[in-house]
Parts: sequence; C-alpha cells; structure tokens
Amino acid sequence: MQRRTRVTAAVLTAAGLLTAAACGGDDETSGGGGGEDGGRGDITIWYSNNEAEVAWGEQMVEAWNAEHPDEQIEAQEIPAGASSEEVIGAAITAGNAPCLIFNTAPVAVPDFERQGGLVSLSSFDDGDSYIEERSGDIAEQYQSADGEYFQLPWKSNPVMIFYNKDMFAAAGLDPENPPLATHDEFLETARTLVSSGAAPMAIWPSPTSEFFQNWFDFYPLYAAETGGTPLVEDGSATFADDAGLEVAEFWKTLYDEGLAGREAYQADAFADAQAAMAIVGPWAISVYGENVNWGAVPIPTSEGKPAEEIYTFSDAKNIGLYTACENQATAWDVLKFATSEEQDGLLLETTGQMPMRQDLPGTYPDYFAANPAYEAFGDQAARTVEVPNIPNSVAVWQTLRDAWSQSVIFGEGDLQEALQGAADEIDGLAGQS
Amino acid sequence: MTVLDFDARAADGAPPPPGRRRARRGGLLGKNPAGLLFSAPYLVFVAVVFAFPLGFAVWISFHDYFFAAPGADVARPFVGLDNYTSVLSDPAVRRSFVNIGIFLIINVPLTVGLSLVLATLLNQVVRGRTFLRVAFYVPYVTASVAIVGVWLFLFNGNGLVNEILGPLAPDPPWLINSAWAMPSIAFFVTWKQLGFYILLYLAALQNVPRELYEAAATDGAGRLRTFWSVTVPAVRPATVLVVLLSTIIGANLFTEPYLLTGGGGPNGASASPVLIMYQRGIEQGTPGVAAALGVVLVVLVLLVAWLQRRFVGGDES
Repeated sequence: MQRRTRVTAAVLTAAGLLTAAACGGDDETSGGGGGEDGGRGDITIWYSNNEAEVAWGEQMVEAWNAEHPDEQIEAQEIPAGASSEEVIGAAITAGNAPCLIFNTAPVAVPDFERQGGLVSLSSFDDGDSYIEERSGDIAEQYQSADGEYFQLPWKSNPVMIFYNKDMFAAAGLDPENPPLATHDEFLETARTLVSSGAAPMAIWPSPTSEFFQNWFDFYPLYAAETGGTPLVEDGSATFADDAGLEVAEFWKTLYDEGLAGREAYQADAFADAQAAMAIVGPWAISVYGENVNWGAVPIPTSEGKPAEEIYTFSDAKNIGLYTACENQATAWDVLKFATSEEQDGLLLETTGQMPMRQDLPGTYPDYFAANPAYEAFGDQAARTVEVPNIPNSVAVWQTLRDAWSQSVIFGEGDLQEALQGAADEIDGLAGQS
Repeated sequence: MTVLDFDARAADGAPPPPGRRRARRGGLLGKNPAGLLFSAPYLVFVAVVFAFPLGFAVWISFHDYFFAAPGADVARPFVGLDNYTSVLSDPAVRRSFVNIGIFLIINVPLTVGLSLVLATLLNQVVRGRTFLRVAFYVPYVTASVAIVGVWLFLFNGNGLVNEILGPLAPDPPWLINSAWAMPSIAFFVTWKQLGFYILLYLAALQNVPRELYEAAATDGAGRLRTFWSVTVPAVRPATVLVVLLSTIIGANLFTEPYLLTGGGGPNGASASPVLIMYQRGIEQGTPGVAAALGVVLVVLVLLVAWLQRRFVGGDES
C-alpha cells in the first residue's frame, strides 16, 4: 500500500508539473490591445458602488442608451472584493473585464498596462488631443513612461484639512480663522485642542500598514511643502530631502506628543468627534453634511503659503478602456460622452467630486455660486499631485509606508536614515521595467 | 521486483503459475479494482485542487511571472533561483518567519493543553454538557471578521481589557505593541480554534477503555495522576493530529494580522509569511516572489510537521 501510495503521489505530482509547464508555456502568444480598429456594438461598463456615483452612472447610461439603440451599455457596480484593484486585476487575467471601468486607480494602472489589460487611448486618432484639451497640463501626470495614455484622468478629490468648528470653539480657538497655515501653528493648535479636552485627538489618519495610507498623511503635506513634487521624478525618489524630513518630523511630533492616534480607529474618527481634524476630499462634504459643523483649510506648510500656491494629493479615480472589450470604438465614444462638459457637470452636482477639467470654477460658475463649500476644492483641483505612473507603483508605496510606520508612527530609528533607506530602495524599484 | 521475477522465469522457460494473469491485474489495479473507481473523484479533486496548483506554484517560483490578460504578448523568462534569493534576503520575510515561530510556540502548546484539559472536563460534566460543548464550538464556526471586530474593541487602548488591568495594561496597547501584537494574535487564534480541537479530543476520549481508569483508581491514583498516566497516553494519536493541524493552520495565518493588527503592524511585528505572499503576489504584482515564499513555507512546515510527528507521535507513527 505504501509503495502504491508513493507511486500515485508521484504520478499526481508529475501530472501537476506537466500541466503547469503546459499552462506556463504560452509566453509567446500574441495579443494585447490597440483600440484604433475596435468594433461597434453593445458594451459593458463598471462603476463605483457608492450611492452618488451609482446615481450619476445610471443617468449617464440612460442618456446614452436613449440615443444609441444599436450600441447599448450594460452597466453594473464593480463586484465586491478586498479592493477594486484586485477585482479588476483578476478580471483582466480571466479575460472578462468590461469595456470601461469608471473607478480605475492611477496607482494600479502601470500593473494593468503590464498585464496587457488596458487599451492605449493614444491609439485613437483623437485620444491624446481629447485628454489634453479636457484636462490641460495636469494630464501629463497620467502618461505612461513612453508618453501614452492608458487612463483618462476623470475626477479628483483634492484633499484639504477639515476641522470641527465646535471643537475649535470649545478649545478657545477661532473657528472661522483657525491657526493652521504653518506646521508650527498646526502643532500649537493641536496641543491646545487636546490639552483643553476639546478633542481626544487633534487628527487621526489611519496608522495601519496598507500601501496607500501615506496618501492621506505624508503625501499631501509633501506636495504642499514642495509646490507639487511627486514622490518619484525621473526614476528617482524625491522625498529624502529637507522637505520630506520637515514633513516627517511634523508628523512624528504629532505622534510622539499623543496628538495623533497610533491605534487604528474602527470608524471615522472625525465624524465620531474623536478627532478635531481630518485630511479628506470634497466627497466628505455630503457625508459629514449637517452632522459635523466643519470648515476646510488648505494643507499646512513649514513657512506658510498663500492658498493659491498650495498643492495637494489629488486622490483621483480615472477611466480605463480594457483589452477584453470587443467594441472598442463604441467604448471610446462612450468614454468621451461620459466626460463631456454636460456629464462632468452632472458628476459634480451629483457627487461633489471634481471632474479633471481645465478651469473648473469658470466652467461651472453657477454650481460653485450655489455651493460655496465646494469652491475651495474646485480651485484646489487645479493644483494636485498624482501618484507617479511608474513600474512597481504599489511596491514603491509599500516601501515608503513600512519606513514611515517604523520611524514616524512608532518612532523607531533615525528619521533621516529611514527616509534615505526607503528612497534608495524605491530608486531600485522604480528603475525596473 | 515484479519485473525481475518475470524475467527470471522467462529465462528459465518455466510456465507462469496458475492465476498469474489475475495476480498481474491485481498488481496493476489493486486487489479491488472497483476501489479505484470509487476513489477516482477524490483523486481528480486532489490532482486539480492540490497537485496542479502546487506544481504550478513551483513552476512560477522559477520564473519572472505575472498575471496577464489572455492572449497578451508577455515574456515570463526563467530566472533560476532569483525569486528564492529575493525572498531569503528580504528582512520583512525573515521577520515574518520569526513572527510565525513566536506564534506557533505560543499557539500549539496552548491549544494542545487547553483543548485536552477542557475536553477531559467536558467529558465528565453531566449537567449542561451540550450547552458547554456548543459554547466552546461557537467561536470556531463564527466568521473571523466578526470576532476580530469584537477583539479590537476589547484590546484597544480604551478597551475593556485595559480598563480592567488599569495600570498593569501594556503601553502602547496590545495590538500596536511590538512585543504583544503576535502573542495577542496567538491567544486570539487559540481561543477561536479551541472548539474544534476539543471536539477531536472528545472523540478520542470515547475510545479510552473504562477499565484503565478503574485500574488506576484501584491502584490509588488521584485525579491528576489518572489524567497524566491514563488519559494523556491514551489520546496520543489525537494529540499528534492536534499538533499537526494547529501547526499547519497556524503557519498559514493571514486573516488575523490582516485585520486585527492592520496589515501586520505594528511595524511588521505581526506580519506572517502568508500576509507577505498576499502583498507581493496580489498587491504588488510579483507572483514569482510570492510563489517562492510559498514553496519555502511548505518545505518548512513539512519539516516541522515531520519533527513533531517524530517526537510527539512516538510509537503511533
């Protein structure tokens, strides 16, 4: 019996290896996506599952379908998963991605492109010109290394400092003109908020280890401090400089003095009045609504800058056209329809998120006049920094997060050495193809 | 051996013995050919769900592999041991193995000890037996995500546990304390899985002959001596199973560091090899490295399991 068991095991293993080798042997198959000759017909699209975006998506689909009986859109929310990026990555591998996904994270685009999952929008005759005319200079951040667009810059959520006016008043601070312009002012304000008992924490960004968490603590302040320098430029990490160190020391002070929480809060600390400030985008306006008496100010810098000079993180979501799509010509037309001036206006009205369109306040003056709370975000949308479009993008951010977690949040080791070590590692990752 | 025998007989020119054809068929298909038919579905299942993925993972670990769209023109060159070098030289990976070692050192003995003692007690309880058995089993069948939520509230800085401990509470709190994060996870997993192992021991206890206990009582053995000299040796096969299962399940730890300590925090102190596999393979798009890590993990778990079977199993192996 033992010998037969061994024989059976050997046969199974050999079968597995052979099958594996057979499966792995399709390296040289041809394919990939170019959309210039795509067909026409029905297409499928996915959009985000939040209530406001679903409402916008449904009206957009209805408007298109009413005018195009031979090119109908079938729409659905992105299937549930650990993250949208994992779901999309799996769909690309399985070959059942939809034509368009209206929630493509820029950080995932280099990987999707490498997977052969994305159509180069530059392959359409009017691809580059449409994107650049709509978004202006900001579109350049979304080009791949060889200058092509594998994503259409769609909407941003430029993050700012939200603060709780009631807590500021309770701490004896001016709720209408809070002293938050410089790092020193911010720290002093934070100390006042906590020491007065007005707030358990001054600010409570998530301290967990996920790769994207630095988008809501380090990166906005680094963008503001440097006037819009991305994390990686020309293949090299930029942040191991005086500006990066200044920002890291600012956050380290907040953690060391117990002004920011080292534990993960299991809900929204700002909404639950556990923190007096938060770094969030305009999506939060409708969420906090009347429940929090909030105000918003630009991201602080070490020396203080006029608001019109301050950059921040974009927190953008874009649109990708996927190679599994058979009717790519229709998909391109739908993409342009969904990002037309009219649909962008409806997106702004429905969701409060900022279409990545030139001169947003000038394009929709009536909206911003009627919704002054959004005006600062509309202005801020012109000065945003995106996650760099580089190879190994997720690994790059995870490297920074690990160093940040160790040296800033938990205060272990030398700050400068931690930043330099992460920068050296990121140089290697960003240089790989 | 069969081939050698056949050749020898052929050389001798001797006729095959009666029933030889039947014996040969029996050798190829076994004594009960119908058994193959009945076991075929499971063999197919094992081949498809276990052998193929394992073989594929080994293949991936030697290539610069990444997941691609069907028909995409991509190169996945053979890279030899590069992925293994990358894994073994990665400080985060090395730390994750240390972490899982700490986890197993706490979790396995605690699981064996508690489940055996509790099973023995439950076996003697007359009133409320069903309620108690169900009570111990409920955490095992409850979704980890739900229980993790409760533990987060219990063990955070302002949680119930720290409220009770007062000045004795660790600072920083349990789940963000690099010394306590992994032990906290080990205690959590021990508590959650306990019901299953108690069930295994309860089943084993039903097979311990009553005469052994009667003989021990006649010899004047107390309850502790009876437990140590009768119960523990009598359930040794179950102990081997519990040790192996808790080691294998523990080595595959993922959900708890992912959810309870926010992705292996603080500062990697609770990261497990499987969590790093997820980060490298799924999040960061380097399945080759993840597969190499998986192969290393399988080899180490097999080695540990072999050692456990050798030293815990005794004559039972």
